[in-house]
Order: sequence, then structure tokens, then C-alpha cells
Amino acid sequence: MLAVILCIVFLLMVVVPVVYAERKIAAFMQDRLGPTEAGPYGILQPILDVIKLLEKEDIIPANADKKLFAYAPVVIFAAVLAGFAVIPISPNIISSGAYLGIFYLLAIISLDVIGLLMAGWGSNNKYAVLGAMRSVGQIVSYEIPAGLAVLCVVMICQSLDFQEISYQQGILMPQFAGLEKETNYLFGIKSLGLDVTQIGGITTWNIVRMPFLFVAFVIYFISSLAECNRAPFDIPEAESELVAGFHVEYSGFRFGALFLAEYSLMILVSLVAVILFWGSWNTPLPNIGAVALANWTTGSVGSWSGNMWGIFWLLSKTLLLCYTQIWIRWTYPRLRVDQLMHLCWKVFTPIMLGLVLLCGIWRLWMI
Amino acid sequence: MKEYTSNKYNNSFVSVVSALVRGMGLTLRHFFKAGKRREATYVSDKDYFGQNQSQGLVTLTYPYESLPVPEVGRYRLHNEIDDCIVCDLCAKICPVNCIEIDAIKATEDIGLTSDGTKKRLYAATFNIDLAKCCYCGLCTTVCPTDCLTMTKVYDFPETDVKNMIYHFTDLSPEQAQEKREKLEKQQAELAEAKAAVLRAR
Repeated sequence: MLAVILCIVFLLMVVVPVVYAERKIAAFMQDRLGPTEAGPYGILQPILDVIKLLEKEDIIPANADKKLFAYAPVVIFAAVLAGFAVIPISPNIISSGAYLGIFYLLAIISLDVIGLLMAGWGSNNKYAVLGAMRSVGQIVSYEIPAGLAVLCVVMICQSLDFQEISYQQGILMPQFAGLEKETNYLFGIKSLGLDVTQIGGITTWNIVRMPFLFVAFVIYFISSLAECNRAPFDIPEAESELVAGFHVEYSGFRFGALFLAEYSLMILVSLVAVILFWGSWNTPLPNIGAVALANWTTGSVGSWSGNMWGIFWLLSKTLLLCYTQIWIRWTYPRLRVDQLMHLCWKVFTPIMLGLVLLCGIWRLWMI
Repeated sequence: MKEYTSNKYNNSFVSVVSALVRGMGLTLRHFFKAGKRREATYVSDKDYFGQNQSQGLVTLTYPYESLPVPEVGRYRLHNEIDDCIVCDLCAKICPVNCIEIDAIKATEDIGLTSDGTKKRLYAATFNIDLAKCCYCGLCTTVCPTDCLTMTKVYDFPETDVKNMIYHFTDLSPEQAQEKREKLEKQQAELAEAKAAVLRAR
């Protein structure tokens, strides 16, 4: 129970600044000022938005399917929140160190789709149904390239445990039970003979251990945009044609829950991208001879400094990815449905299948 | 479906990716210039259309800062009642009838306007309903003493539309009543005098 409350508080502490950042970054990219009135530089704006949403009347349309309509936001938010359970925050802070963490995460996030369908169908509104159908079609399609990208990492790391994958990507690797005798080689290739286990930093990140994972990362990142229903893949919400998509009939607290779930999912997929590709909570600075930058910016497992460094690196990398998501949203126009499906099935899926094969071969060179 | 694209950006991988990167670069450039702000410079300023003004944020936080308008800006009407001869020309030419004038003939000498025209009438009411005004400026062109002018004030919203009626008269209702009674008295005296002359014949 405590973990859930801590998780929600942590989530709010990240989501509220991201909502503010979204508005400010959008404004700056469009040469506007953004919120300026509520507090200095408008920093209280997202909090006031939340208060406004809580104050509003909770309207359930007369002809809506009341049960589906009422429970859909709960299902959506619960699915996203449950995903955070397996996310490691620092070398020894993790809500649930599940051995099958990645498998669980992919499964629980897919539950989101049911909530979207419930919301769309339950609203008894043609725009909501259209939005929900588009949303579900898009999410189900893009789970395939995203899942294959995750599979690439799983093949390289030989683990489904987020914490084990995190330990593999830094100088703390020997301190994880079961990895004591492992060695990290530069680019993961043993025959190169460059042992970087004690150098750490960026040299042990997955993106460097197997450089082609960068392609997997780009595809995962684009697919995750589609899974979050974010621009340029926001046809399910397409303001100009569907008003707001599946949540067009929602107001008040229920809309707040959907809104929170949307931004939480955005942070969750960024966290997963960072953990799988960009070294999780590990520092980017390597040990160079006597200048032990990696040791200085990592701390020891379980200590106060170790946790603080872990949280700092993980969050800064995640927020950088969130910035990129926002940046993309305010740059690109929306794709058409046929372009969306073309990109998924004819471009990403074949590339990812090839990459999975390449990762299998690479793994053979790593041992 | 056939795609219609220009030669520069055909559908090849390289051109698509380079177009995407250029787009991202464009928004990022604007993001990093967000430290600069448009300044509230006057239109005659050298920099009004200049390089510095076309970079950075263009929004002004309006009630706190605003672009200066010319001294001769033609917005809110103002009547300098001391110079007004209450000739009613403005009320007659007004296309939307927003000027309401009620004149009382003066019984005594009430002086000159600043351009030397003799004043003969008091304005018991001189109301301009700026909620009706269409800012055409016709009233200012017909004004013989140039007392009715347009000012550079354009920001005068009110919470009650009644407050949009501007009262320019310098007489209080009591004073106006007094002037009216004086006039009636004088008229009566004149009529009396006339009648006396007629009777004497």
C-alpha cells in the first residue's frame, strides 16, 4: 500500500512539471510566452489545472453505458500505474524486483487498450468510438515493433529483470548477484579484448555494447509515441476531426485520471527506453585512468549518495527523452491512418526482424 | 496512393530523414532564442522591423506592456467643453447617433472659445455613447472649433455598459435647471416688453 502511495506521489512530482514544461516548451517553440500569470513564470498553472479539474462536475451522459464509462479511467490509470512497479529508480530502490519485469510491463501496458475501448464504447458517442478504435488499432500495431526492440535488448542482456539489465550497464555490475564473474567488453565483442568493466560510464551502456541498438532505440521511441497517442501519431485524439477522441465525454475527476494516465504513460515509456538503451541509473561519465569520474558520480550500492546519484541520472535522462517527445509533438504534423500503418508494418517491423537476427549474432560474439 | 511531392523532398529515405531533421532544427532554434523578447518599440523606431525584433518571443504581456500608439491615434473621443459652442453639428453628422446634446441659450455673455468664437449656448447634456461609436471620426472633421477630438486612449473597457456613456457637460443638473429658469424668465420678460410695446401702439 505504501509503495502505491509513494509511486503516485513520485508520479505527480514528475507529471506536474512535465505538464508545465509541455506548455512552456510549446510556447517557446511557437515564439509565445506560455503561462505567465499563476505564480512566478506561471509555475502554478498545472496545479491550478488539476484543482480546476477536481472542482468540475462529473458528467455521465444519459445514454452512456454507466459501468463501462465509470470504470474505464480506473482501468487505464491502473494499467499505467502498475507498469511503474517494476521500474528500478536507483541501484537498490525498486518497488518490485520481479524476475520477469519486462514481460510483466509489456503485458500490463497492453491492458490499457481495454480501458480505451471501454471508454470509447461506453461514451455512446460516435467520435469516442472512432477515437477508441483508431487508438486500439494503432497501439496493437505498434506494440509489435516496440516489442521486437525490447526483445533485441533482452537478447543482448539475457535477462527479463530490469534491475539486472541496469546493473549490466555500469561499473556496479559485479555487485549484482549472479553477475560477479561477468565482464563487459567494448562494443560487447570479446575478441576485441578491451575490458571496460571497471571503466563504466557510457562505454557499458547497451547503446554502446551493441551499437545497432541505436536503430532499435529510434524505432522503439517512435513506436512508444504511437502507444502514448502523442503527436505525430495522435489520430485517435485528432482535435480537428474527432474533438478529443475516446475521452470526449469525460469531465472532472475522470478526465483528470485519463489525463494523468496519458502523461504517466509518456514518462513510463521514456523510463523504459532509458533503462533498456541509455544505461538506466548509471552515470554517463567513464573512469579515465586516475580520474575515476564513474566512481565519483555513482556512489556505493545502498548508500545515500548511491541512491541520489541513481535517481539523478535516471530522471535527467528520462526528462531529456520527455523533452524530445514534446519537441516532436510541436514540430511534426499528424500522420494519416494509411501512412501510420505503412510505417508500422512495412518499415519498422521488417527492420526490427532483421535487427533481432543481428542481435542474436552479436550475442554470439559477446560470449 | 500516389504521393505528390516536390523534387526537393521526394520519398527517398535520405530526403525524408533530412526533412524531418530540418524541421526539428527549426523548432529547436526557436526554442533556444526564447530568451529574447520583442520590445515595446514605437513604429518609427529603426528596430521595429529589425533583426532583433524578428527573433525570440513576439508576445507582449498586454496589460503590463503594450506597443506605443501614435500621439495622433484616433480612438476614444474627447470633448473640450470650454471650447465647445454646442453647435450640434457633430450630433447631426454622426452615422450611429451616439452623441446626445441638449443646448440652453445663455442669457448673459459667457465668453469666447480659445480660437475666439463667441459662445452663446450652454450644454445641459453632452453625452457620447462610446459603446455605439464606430470611430469614423466624422464628428471631429465637422467641429468648427476643433474642441471634439480623438485621443490615443484605446483601452477603456467597463463592466457595465452604462459606464461607456461619457458625460462632457460642465453643468450640474441644478445649474442647468437654473440656466433654464433664467432663460424662461428672460423670454417671459422679452415677451412682456414686446406685448407692452404692442399695447402702447
